[in-house]
Amino acid sequence: MIAIEEVSKRYADGTVAVDCLSLQIPNHSITVLVGPSGCGKTTTLRMINRMIEPSSGTIRVDGEDIQHKPVNALRRSMGYVIQNAGLFQHRTILDNIATVPRLLGWSKQRARDRAAELMERVGLDPVMARRYPYQLSGGQQQRVGVARALAADPPILLMDEPFSAVDPVVRRGLQEELLRIQGELGKAIVFVTHDMDEAITVGDRIAVMRTGGKLAQFAAPDELLSSPADQFVEEFLGGDRGIRGLSFLSTRDLELDRSRVFPVGTDRKQLAQSTGPQPHVLITDADGKPLGWADPSVWDGDVEALTPYGQSFEVGRDSLRIALDRAVLSPTGHAVAVDGAGRVLGTAGQERVGAAIRAARQRRAAESPDDPSEDSAQVKAVR
Amino acid sequence: MNGFFDIPSDLQSSYLGLVSTHLQEALIPVFVGFALALPIGLLCVRVRWLYPPVLWITTVLYAIPSLAFFVVLIDYTGLSRLTVMIPLTLYSLVILVPSVVDGVRSVPEETNAAAAAMGIGLVRRYVQVQLPIAVPAIIAGLRVAAASSISLVSVGALIGNQGALGNLLTTAMLYQRPALAVNSVVTTAVLAVLVDALLVLLRKLLTPWQPPSDRKVRRTAARAADAPGATRTSPTAGAARAPEHVS
Repeated sequence: MIAIEEVSKRYADGTVAVDCLSLQIPNHSITVLVGPSGCGKTTTLRMINRMIEPSSGTIRVDGEDIQHKPVNALRRSMGYVIQNAGLFQHRTILDNIATVPRLLGWSKQRARDRAAELMERVGLDPVMARRYPYQLSGGQQQRVGVARALAADPPILLMDEPFSAVDPVVRRGLQEELLRIQGELGKAIVFVTHDMDEAITVGDRIAVMRTGGKLAQFAAPDELLSSPADQFVEEFLGGDRGIRGLSFLSTRDLELDRSRVFPVGTDRKQLAQSTGPQPHVLITDADGKPLGWADPSVWDGDVEALTPYGQSFEVGRDSLRIALDRAVLSPTGHAVAVDGAGRVLGTAGQERVGAAIRAARQRRAAESPDDPSEDSAQVKAVR
Repeated sequence: MNGFFDIPSDLQSSYLGLVSTHLQEALIPVFVGFALALPIGLLCVRVRWLYPPVLWITTVLYAIPSLAFFVVLIDYTGLSRLTVMIPLTLYSLVILVPSVVDGVRSVPEETNAAAAAMGIGLVRRYVQVQLPIAVPAIIAGLRVAAASSISLVSVGALIGNQGALGNLLTTAMLYQRPALAVNSVVTTAVLAVLVDALLVLLRKLLTPWQPPSDRKVRRTAARAADAPGATRTSPTAGAARAPEHVS
């Protein structure tokens, strides 16, 4: 646990980078510092490993004041990932990753074995071990940066806008990879970004900072989206926080419509009777997997003539945001719900998703709002 | 070319002896200058305001004629090789100090930040991270310093027998044997070219991590552009990123 207690950073010219900041950063979770440029988020991060010394206040790691530890020993106990990776261009990928273990006095062989193990963990092809950084793409370099930070198995990982310099597709991949690795390792991660979407994607807890180095709000992502502390946070969240908040609501309790799902080969009369006010039915194959939508009044039983159903959502795993998205994109206005094996469980129209959203909101309001962190950890797992 | 390699006995040396003396008198000052430039460079990188006055001092030293150095030094070091090598060492600093400082300063900011954040101390960071990355700039400096030093050794002929191949020039006038003067000039030039080639080789060996050279890239790009429908690629684009500064 990192405890930041009333920490300020003032420079000689009078600028205040961080103003009396207090934050508790728990173990086994990702805490994101987010805010516009000049809000002091990077300064805060760099005060944790003493690359910048605070003007006042105390930072403790597991109760111990970091000022009392030798600075290089402190830094070797914290992994650090930086924008553009900051790899040592004159060393091979393997030796880059082995840097901190070597500094800690590991034998060359042991450090390299460990580096090879980490390359696998972050999803790097072993053939890259002997290459130099210039031979890797930006995304691959960033993976090396993460592996290098993890090499000595530090309990704390500091990440300074680690994925800002790569394109959105690669960034998404790296974010997912980070969450996967965090699921395996459970580090205390402090993650700095200026991108609210990224903060919501990776963060268990988000500290929103405003210009002048003040903390605007410190909350779990869903709480941040549903109840921003003030206008600044609300504006920083962007215009669609309502929709984005749906990412944290599970489809577990969504009531599905099973009346319009039929296996292929069902009698046409039976189909026509069942449709009611909406003309479409969903046809599945013999295994129960979706084939497409049919209008019984015109469909002749040819599987090729079905209207494509687009994408389905998996009940329990996907969020209501995904369900709503599928329903909006569906040619019939109904999303196809499947189980883990891809078999159809039912369909959900936009109205049903809307009802589920209202129900989930009411349930949430009824629950005690005091302990959102545990709740969010649970929701994070279903994403 | 009669008597081209026939060295007069008053030089007290064979042709190869002259070559060996010449190389020693030229290159030892470059090595010593380099050894001095490394700590001076570290100081100038750490203490930024120190660099302009240091540059100023090396430039002034370079402006002092070697003859003036000899006049002062003869009282202490006599008519020895040392008297020739001390000014050459000081001259080399005007090239080597800036090449070390500029080379180290060109290390990307995020590389320095990453090194600091990993707990690599100041001196270790300089030796293990910054200097290796500065190798291309440093070797470029060494090439100029070596070539200049090899040509400057000849001036040692002013204090007697310490000019190595330079003494062939004075002897050529003394005995009216122009072949010796040609020998002196040609051998000096060949030595300079050979030492330069060795330094280029050294750089290639020390920097397997460098992307293919710009010239090669341009040639490949030009070839790719010639081929119809080909797309231009620039392997160095990723390497030439703007340094990111600490907020």
